[in-house]
Amino acid sequence: MHIENLINEEPIVRFDNVGLRYGLGSEVLKDVTFALQTGSFHFLLGESGAGKSSLLKLIYLALRPSRGLISLFGNDIATTARGQLPALRRSVGVVFQEYRLLNHLSAFDNVALPLRVAGVKRSEVEKHVGELLTWVGLRDHMRARPPTLSGGQQQRVAIARAVISRPRLLLADEPTGNVDDTMAFRLVHLFEELNRLGTTIIIATHNHQLVERLGHGSLHLVKGRLSVTPGRVAIKHDMTSETSVSKPIKNLHNAGREPENEMSKPVLNTQKKLK
Amino acid sequence: MIRIRSDLPLDRDQLNRFLPWLIAFMVFLSVLAVAGMLVLHATASKWDRGVRGTMTVQIVPSNDNYRDEARLNDVLTILATSPEILRYDVLDNNELVRLLEPWIGAVAGSGELPLPKLIDVELRSTAMLSADALGERLTERVGGVSIDDHRVWLDRLVRLIETFEALAFLVLLFIILATVGTIIFTTRTGLAVHREAIEVLHLIGAHDLYIARQFARRALGLGLAGGIVGLFLAVPTIWALAHLAQTLDDRLLPNIQFGVLHWVIMAALPIVVSVVAMLTAKVTVMRSLERML
Ligand SMILES: Nc1ncnc2c1ncn2[C@@H]1O[C@H](COP(=O)(O)OP(=O)(O)O)[C@@H](O)[C@H]1O
Ligand SMILES: [Mg+2]
Repeated sequence: MHIENLINEEPIVRFDNVGLRYGLGSEVLKDVTFALQTGSFHFLLGESGAGKSSLLKLIYLALRPSRGLISLFGNDIATTARGQLPALRRSVGVVFQEYRLLNHLSAFDNVALPLRVAGVKRSEVEKHVGELLTWVGLRDHMRARPPTLSGGQQQRVAIARAVISRPRLLLADEPTGNVDDTMAFRLVHLFEELNRLGTTIIIATHNHQLVERLGHGSLHLVKGRLSVTPGRVAIKHDMTSETSVSKPIKNLHNAGREPENEMSKPVLNTQKKLK
Repeated sequence: MIRIRSDLPLDRDQLNRFLPWLIAFMVFLSVLAVAGMLVLHATASKWDRGVRGTMTVQIVPSNDNYRDEARLNDVLTILATSPEILRYDVLDNNELVRLLEPWIGAVAGSGELPLPKLIDVELRSTAMLSADALGERLTERVGGVSIDDHRVWLDRLVRLIETFEALAFLVLLFIILATVGTIIFTTRTGLAVHREAIEVLHLIGAHDLYIARQFARRALGLGLAGGIVGLFLAVPTIWALAHLAQTLDDRLLPNIQFGVLHWVIMAALPIVVSVVAMLTAKVTVMRSLERML
């Protein structure tokens, strides 16, 4: 990516004086203003109840702000036609706080959902979903329904669903909330790999230790007010690196060009990491 | 019932289980209503065709047999020379007695009762001769003659049949409206029950139409399943009713045979009802999703 492109590029998410209140209550978010560059990696920090989930909901278009301006991929969402929202949403992958998997569908069908709603061909769906589920170590659980899976397995299904359509922006709401520290670091590494492939990442967490050790930028919410800390280290955007983790993700979008036996290859490193 | 993979667990809803049976009942009723309409329509036109262009000339008897004979001959001469008339037939006495016996008993055939002469007249189909005009022509030369063209009787019957037809049509309309209402209700309930899953589908990037199709497909499936059951119950019922009607009175109800077209119309009813159900579900979902973000 050329430097001038980086500078000229529209921020992927921009908030201007955004305020949010639920019903007639007091404002949960107040005067929130920030802009995130494409390809950046941010933590969203704040105590429980600070408004992290609410802020993410505004980004993934589950809520409208009470005031202020939000723009996503350069589109002012207030003036975007309702019919255009699905297209925007397809570019945003979300790992919800409670996963929000559909319990009557198998792990496979849950992960396939974003492709199916986008009208992707059946054969493509089969290939990509199978590959991704294998990659997250759920090859033997494709037909299992979420209630029969462990918390960790459900989380992996949720992550797979969030990344299956290779979103430009990935949001994760406290993905490290229910897991131990080692697991938390592994998860963050996974998100870093995705980031390296070009996806902009925002992870809500209240785990300060994680943030300090990794040195990404952070958005800090205190009682609905936001302050932004730029990251100490810049992530290297190397679109050509073939790390063990990035390969299957890249495969998702190079479908058809990869050899047929790609899926039957020995289980990848990441799978062990995630388990 | 048939299971299709669906992104919403609609086939587990209580209401959806009951829906095919309701639709079966609706289709059953509508097939009967349509069959009734077809029978009535065919009967009315058959009677109409049978009676239009026919008249009955009646010569009231006097005490004088010779005079009566002369009057009959005069009438027949006039009829024979009228170009509008295709055919005429004097009912012989035995036939007249047979017709009267149920009403007045054995006295009819005893010869003690003076019997009128009845002449069936059939007009050419192109003729524009009214009963009044023929009556004038006859009474000018012959006395004691009256003419009946069955109009009053026929008009009343036709009006009665038309009323029944309108009723059957109303029943059909009511059935369709009831089906639409039921589908709206079950769809709204489904939307409420699956609110969470629908929100997830939206957030994943589904268009309203994608979600609406889930409901529409289900409504179509349930409609067809129920509709076919309803049709299969209705057909033997119609057969049984038709058989019963024939044993009751084969003169009043002409022997109605359903034609291919009739069967096609009845077989199309489950499809019509299913398509109505599908469109109703789709519109209902699209309307209520419009209000969501
Ligand atoms: N649907 C809602 N209706 C009313 N109040 C809400 C709703 N969701 C969140 N809140 C309130 O908004 C505030 C921020 O909540 P949330 O965004 O979930 O914070 P966090 O994710 O940081 O814990 C809290 O005070 C919470 O009670
Ligand atoms: Mg939260």
